[in-house]
Amino acid sequence: MARTPAELAGANSGAPFEITMDGRPVPALPGQSVAAALWSAGILAWRTTRTTGRPRGAFCGIGQCYDCLATINGEPNRRACLVPARPGDAITTQEGHGHARIGV
Amino acid sequence: MPVSASDPYDLAVIGAGSAGLAGAVTAAGLGLSVALLDAAPQTGGQFYRHPARAIGAARPEALHHDWAAFAALRRRLERSDVRHLPGHHVWAVTQEDGEQWAVHAVTGADGTAERSVRVRARTVLLATGAYERQLPFPGWTVPGVVGAGGAQAMLKSGLVLPGKRIVVAGSGPLLLAVASSLAVAGARVPAVIEASGYLGYARHPRALAAHPHKLVEAAVHGAALLRHRVRLCTRSAVTEVHGTERVAAVTVTRLDRDWRPVRGTGRRIDCDALAVGHGLVPQIELATALGCATRRTTDGTLALTLDALQETSVRGLWAAGETGGVGGTQLALAEGELAGLAAAARLHGHPVHEGRLRALRRRRDRMRAFAEAMAVSHAPAAGWTDWLTDDTEVCRCEEVTAGTIRAAVSGLGAHDARTVKLLTRAGMGWCQGRMCGTATACLAAGEGAAEPPAAHRPVEPPAERRPLAVPVPLSALAASPDEPAGGRPDTAPADGD
Ligand code: FES
Repeated sequence: MARTPAELAGANSGAPFEITMDGRPVPALPGQSVAAALWSAGILAWRTTRTTGRPRGAFCGIGQCYDCLATINGEPNRRACLVPARPGDAITTQEGHGHARIGV
Repeated sequence: MPVSASDPYDLAVIGAGSAGLAGAVTAAGLGLSVALLDAAPQTGGQFYRHPARAIGAARPEALHHDWAAFAALRRRLERSDVRHLPGHHVWAVTQEDGEQWAVHAVTGADGTAERSVRVRARTVLLATGAYERQLPFPGWTVPGVVGAGGAQAMLKSGLVLPGKRIVVAGSGPLLLAVASSLAVAGARVPAVIEASGYLGYARHPRALAAHPHKLVEAAVHGAALLRHRVRLCTRSAVTEVHGTERVAAVTVTRLDRDWRPVRGTGRRIDCDALAVGHGLVPQIELATALGCATRRTTDGTLALTLDALQETSVRGLWAAGETGGVGGTQLALAEGELAGLAAAARLHGHPVHEGRLRALRRRRDRMRAFAEAMAVSHAPAAGWTDWLTDDTEVCRCEEVTAGTIRAAVSGLGAHDARTVKLLTRAGMGWCQGRMCGTATACLAAGEGAAEPPAAHRPVEPPAERRPLAVPVPLSALAASPDEPAGGRPDTAPADGD
């Protein structure tokens, strides 16, 4: 019986690479989203809310809820559940808002 | 086929899930030029979501039912002339000079590549699927609480789990599928907490009998749940999450018939994650922005009104799959094919193959009847708002609490979601009410007001009209008028995969 999803799906990706979350190294598999890499490292929150400063991470997993916003390589408001992880990506906790770049 | 790059496509399909794929390959097979736009890097939609090729999954089908049906569609797509445009986030569809459509999209994995694309087409098929319906409860914003569909999506695409011990809760048939895939993938699932009963199904024996396929599916999930010793608790809900930095446990409470918590029945289940969802909501804002007629489904969501051949009330705009009411992948496949046939008949004057048409319509009508019977059994009943405390956050984006919304309703006289939104900002944030729309509408309608029977109570849609279907970088908006008006985008960026 499978103990991990990767075993179940017979994943045989290239070598894992490293990204960082607030400076801490986190392994990622080629093809995984930033959120997926963080989840597999047991990290469930990478943003704090604007008003009460509470922690948030991925919720809907499909780009609809915007709870998973992260600052990736200095760029705020990236949806971590959609953005593929790339070697050396520096993810930093996004604090508060970052409405500056987005309309709506 | 168009003769020049500036010609419009015959058909633009938005969404590369089951419905969109079926529509695209059917139409292309009948000689139409087709563009297939989708936000994801690869085809499959939510149901057939699977890891990017780079992950090297030798058995992607291990997490799927009916993978063969998708594999066949994907082969047909590869052999066709359909222009697949992955990584295209469509934010509006507009009609240009009467007969022609323009589909506006921004590109990139999350739509921030700031390249703006306009695809012109003679007809459009909307196959944008659905998103999950959420009902708030104390603690639902704690990290480790994730959408049931979200957990499924992250598992299917990223091969990850949100925790080791995951409670699955909410209502609707999706819960069983989610619980069985989490358990099969190695999570411990102590319980599935379903707010409805399953007795409702018994009231629709004919719809059930006509669907051996669905019964087999249920049996497969049931067997997996038994094998992994997952308990199913019906007429219960998670009414509180414990933990601040992350989930430590949940409280599960019995519900009465109206989904009101029964006092003194709460019990704690230790877990490190909760996957929760209350069914699905059709994603139809591109169509409602164009004024397409809508209807209430049996569980109170809003879906597009479609004619016998899947056309919306706006001529030249078809819709298939969950946009016409949530009904699952088999239904989506039938509807996509129907829409493809209909669009080809309209454009090329093909006499539609009558036999095929009749068979498809029969299948569709049968499956719709089943889906509606199922939906009514799991529709949220009015008493769920008793789960809320005044400081429960309802709007996750703007951090608006139930207390604030109740004050707007009782103190300021707001009686609809729109007024509540203006007074409290609930639904004004990033997700534009997709997560809190159902809840806000229920609270705005007022608790204790004279209501139709719970299952038939209309639930207002998250936001019937959004100016833009997805947030768009201002720079992309500013750039869009300068884009060449040609039907063909200059390049098709394929992100990810
Ligand atoms: S988790 Fe909802 S947008 Fe990423």
